Amino acid sequence: MGENIFLNIASWIRGLLDSIGVPLLASDIIMMIVKASAIIVFISLNVIWLVLMERKISAYIQCRIGPNRVGPKGTLQTVADVIKLMTKEFLIPRSADKVIYLLAPLVVFAPPTLAFAVVPWGDGMAAIDMGIGVFYLIAVTSLSTIIFWMGAWGSGNKYSLVGGMRVVAQMVSYELPLVLALLGVIMITGTLNMSEIVEAQKNVWFIFTQPLAFLIYFIAGVSEANRTPFDLVEAESEIIAGPYTEYSGMGYAMFMLTEYASVLVISIMCTIMFLGGWLAPFGWTFLPSWFWFFLKVYVMIFLFMWIRWTYPRIRVDQLMGFGWKVLVPLSLANIFVTGIGMYVYRSIGW
Amino acid sequence: MAIQTQTYFLNLGPQHPSTHGVFRVILELDGEVVVRAIPVPGYLHRGVEKLAEARTYTQVIPYTDRLDYLANMLMNWGYVEAVEKLMGIEVPERAQYIRVIVGELSRIASHLMAIGSYAGDIGGLTGFLYTFRDRERILDLFEMLTGSRMTVSYFRIGGVADDLPEGFIPLLQKFLADLPGLCDEYDGLITGNEIFQARTKFVGVIPPEKAINYSLSGPNLRGSGVNFDLRKNRPYGIYDRFDFEVPLGKNGDCFDRFVCRMKEMRQSARIIQQALDGLPEGPIQAKVPKVIKPPVGEAYTEIESSKGIFGCYVVSDGSNKPYRVHFRRPSFINLGCLAELCVGWKIADVIAILGSLDIVLGEVDC
Repeated sequence: MGENIFLNIASWIRGLLDSIGVPLLASDIIMMIVKASAIIVFISLNVIWLVLMERKISAYIQCRIGPNRVGPKGTLQTVADVIKLMTKEFLIPRSADKVIYLLAPLVVFAPPTLAFAVVPWGDGMAAIDMGIGVFYLIAVTSLSTIIFWMGAWGSGNKYSLVGGMRVVAQMVSYELPLVLALLGVIMITGTLNMSEIVEAQKNVWFIFTQPLAFLIYFIAGVSEANRTPFDLVEAESEIIAGPYTEYSGMGYAMFMLTEYASVLVISIMCTIMFLGGWLAPFGWTFLPSWFWFFLKVYVMIFLFMWIRWTYPRIRVDQLMGFGWKVLVPLSLANIFVTGIGMYVYRSIGW
Repeated sequence: MAIQTQTYFLNLGPQHPSTHGVFRVILELDGEVVVRAIPVPGYLHRGVEKLAEARTYTQVIPYTDRLDYLANMLMNWGYVEAVEKLMGIEVPERAQYIRVIVGELSRIASHLMAIGSYAGDIGGLTGFLYTFRDRERILDLFEMLTGSRMTVSYFRIGGVADDLPEGFIPLLQKFLADLPGLCDEYDGLITGNEIFQARTKFVGVIPPEKAINYSLSGPNLRGSGVNFDLRKNRPYGIYDRFDFEVPLGKNGDCFDRFVCRMKEMRQSARIIQQALDGLPEGPIQAKVPKVIKPPVGEAYTEIESSKGIFGCYVVSDGSNKPYRVHFRRPSFINLGCLAELCVGWKIADVIAILGSLDIVLGEVDC
């Protein structure tokens, strides 16, 4: 059922373009635009859905009902919220560095959007099947540190500044275990191409051969997405909302939506690197590959939300200590063990 | 090698999500580390003591609700106790028992709020909603009893306003039966959490001598291991008849103060159960003249409120209005050590320390 639904749509559009005599280069460009806008629309809708999902899940965890007034069962709540935020005034504080302050919410959505370009949503369903996909994704997502810092600095507010300093310290130090954890998988597969990494998990998912790497990646991922227990950046009981304190209206909404987009990116990376991407478990291929992909992604997202609404927040020095003294050595040890394992396997001729 | 950087001031409050009201602390920071903390209370000052001078003795009671609005019954109690001492009124047995029941319920409600909001301060918002869910049941009981959830004004000079309504005791029994299970739930969610312990253990340590020197009282004093509870040491009302323990801490850190409150709730439930079992029949109001005119003189009484020793000093000039009323507010006095405790800790710890002192701004600013 619908295994190739998206591929069919793509080839249908291309066929249509060919039949009306569009030159090859132009049709390539048009296909690129179609793919890009499809991804952007998809992320936006997904993020809006995630906000609602978080509110509902947090409500059930906290013995509440959650939004249930706008639309059937409250499903349109986020839409209403976004419309409200759009119509709100965008305040610029007097002490703000105007250019940077205005630029930050404009560009903040770019890094996660760029990341989605190389994601294989299903079998052969990557917008760009890039040879260095993993490398590209890590490089692009780490850009967001600078944008948060822009917002923090541009606001001209001390709470924002403290939040901004935390962003830089936290993101830079957790990038390291994040990348080192992925190295174990890359050593086994010998490729940075995401589709090939997924293919390599045909027999066994890497969560079973690299459990430590998965754990490290997951913890570092929670930190990269700035979520509890590592949500020091926007610790509302300490520094109000960190870098977003001064933002109002759509500027604030952009930061919030970006947070959910980065949760999506981290979950997708977990799925691809450790949970076998679009591969169906137990050979249940009667459901399309993209369905399995999204199922796994949403299970990961649910885990993120579950943790967020259960744990308190750790302190900034504990966070750095945990990152440098626990996660980094552990991930290095994981690489070492993986290397030895591979050497042993090769020498016994597997 | 430490790089010397410029310190800066951060204005924490009066509008801030975790100062528990309109409290302000000016922090001098070196990076994230506090160099100096200057508490600035007073944003909620309403002049309750001065207002009392222009009201009759009975009319003062509703103002006491607004002191520590989270432990409203205990505030009522502190005031009427002083006037009763001034007039030499003997409160009937049944009224005494009802006072203990609602007073301890109030203590549980206050501690539930303290525990929940402390979990919120540390970053776990779910704990906040759990305790609120259960505090609601106490407020429902109060509404049944007085028609009001927060501003109860239930105590009267010489007794209480109304007898327990029909259906009150079964609901209360059910709540008491549930409470230990609920406490276990909070322990599982909040107290036992590794991150929570890492954030609160050995943070904001108050040694016993310092606690006494700063005149701390309530769970803040007992968290430091000083065994002092007015209900045991100088029993007022009928507290000498009940069997309960006074939970003590060891290290005097934020965690011990938190755990003390947790354990006190279970002890309060024990007291309520004993009071319910021994609840006698009889009048709920002593014979008191319509217009209360205490003889010329002064009286000072102290009760153990949920935050510490709540004292009330009343001076009478023989008229129907008090000449002077003064409240010893435990929250305000407990706050005295904040400036010293915060130095050397991080911004996040300032919130943790402030939360562990459990202040109510209505009481601090009076």
